[in-house]
Amino acid sequence: MSWEPLILTFKLALVTTLILLVLSIPLSYWLAYSKARAKPIIQTLVSMPLVLPPTVLGFYFLIAFSPNNALGGWLSETLGIQLVFSFPGLVLASMLYSLPFMVHPILSGFTGIHTSLREAAVLMGKSKFEILLHVLLPNIKPALLTGTVLSFAHTVGEFGVVLMIGGNIPGKTKVASIAIYDEVEALNYGAANFYSLVLFAITFCILLTVYLINGGYLKKFWK
Amino acid sequence: MMTIQIQKQLDGPEGPMRLDVNIQVAPGEFVTLYGSSGAGKTSTLKILSGLMQPEAGKITVGDKVWLDTSKHIHVKPQERNIGYVFQDYALFPNMSVKQNLEFALPRQGDPSIVKELIQVMELNNIQQKKPTTLSGGQQQRVALARTLVQQPKLLLLDEPLSALDLKTRLRLQDYLQKVHRKYLLTTILISHDIGEIHKLSDRVIVLEEGRVIRQGTPSQVFVNQDLSGKFKFQGAVLQIEKNEVVYIVTVLVQNQMVKVIAQESEIENLKVGDAVIVASKAFNPILYKIE
Repeated sequence: MSWEPLILTFKLALVTTLILLVLSIPLSYWLAYSKARAKPIIQTLVSMPLVLPPTVLGFYFLIAFSPNNALGGWLSETLGIQLVFSFPGLVLASMLYSLPFMVHPILSGFTGIHTSLREAAVLMGKSKFEILLHVLLPNIKPALLTGTVLSFAHTVGEFGVVLMIGGNIPGKTKVASIAIYDEVEALNYGAANFYSLVLFAITFCILLTVYLINGGYLKKFWK
Repeated sequence: MMTIQIQKQLDGPEGPMRLDVNIQVAPGEFVTLYGSSGAGKTSTLKILSGLMQPEAGKITVGDKVWLDTSKHIHVKPQERNIGYVFQDYALFPNMSVKQNLEFALPRQGDPSIVKELIQVMELNNIQQKKPTTLSGGQQQRVALARTLVQQPKLLLLDEPLSALDLKTRLRLQDYLQKVHRKYLLTTILISHDIGEIHKLSDRVIVLEEGRVIRQGTPSQVFVNQDLSGKFKFQGAVLQIEKNEVVYIVTVLVQNQMVKVIAQESEIENLKVGDAVIVASKAFNPILYKIE
């Protein structure tokens, strides 16, 4: 029993969520406002991790990034990046796996904003970037928070992808969910219970915070 | 002089419709677009502002060309410097009233205009408030002030007062009149309110199914051509009830109900929902000033 898997879990969730947030804003923006023909296909791909078993994702990841294959080989030879059984690989896989949990709330935030707000800003001579920064994002704060927290919690809770792509290397890829599985296999119910309880408590607190903030329950304490 | 010639296929409420208008507006003129919903009024304003693209057309303002589809010219909406007031106000909820105005200020704009407009539109007491806490009339005053921060030459108003009650509407009409003159604007208004049109506009353009069917001064357009001194209003039949030997027809005129006595022969072709004219010949109507 150690804190290592738990710390690794939250480090993975934090890194994944931050990168995902930065990437999902332009992606959701494009999905919300583009009229491109390829949009339904991209939309489908973004939603795929919702329905696919995580093991499918992990399996293809493993195949694609294995140093024995073209892509994985090129990455490890020219860039020195190894994505299989490594922390960066876990981050990449988790990002794909949690993508819909970030994109969907932000997307519905964007589409929920009245067209006239954007039009008004356009007629004021503002650029798309200025509009995004000053008009759109400040008005979808609840959606950003929801997306961030859902992705974080979802990454904390993932198992299949991590196991497939990361394996079970202590300190590198052995996250809490895998540690629990390990301890149960070894009949160490005490240790399994320790990890489980910590995960349970922390994710409960995170989700509760979101509902409290988005439901406006905390507002009266701020004012 | 501004010349607008545009053609666009639209999906109207009654199926597809072709917008095909050719309008000229003089500098400083106050023009109203009038017509039933789906006649193409909002689309005309959107195309004029550059928010919507027509299939074919040409828009020139003075010696500047904003749009010429034959030469693939399309000046971006950001560069047209148009003041546009939306029906739903389109105020930014994350900014206070003052911040809304400041956001609209162009990069090289003079910040003193913000202060001036807060004075002119009497927003002093509410300038720190967020738009969602304001009444409809206040929000619309903010929207109007905000659009004037850009110091546009052309002001487009898409039914800006339709969601307001009568008293607020009358007050805002005064504001509109005031800013139109003070800032030497060319204004195009969309309105259904004939009283409002009479009060504000120099000229009315009546659109029907995407075409201009009539235009002229409000009196030329709305007051019947053969002036007979009759007293008459348009309304809609709400109810027809029999009372002894006569019928009582309830008619909605604007937003007031009036009851009119009718003979059986008169109501023969009448049913609830019909548009009618309530007219009086023999009596001399009396005018009372309200407020």
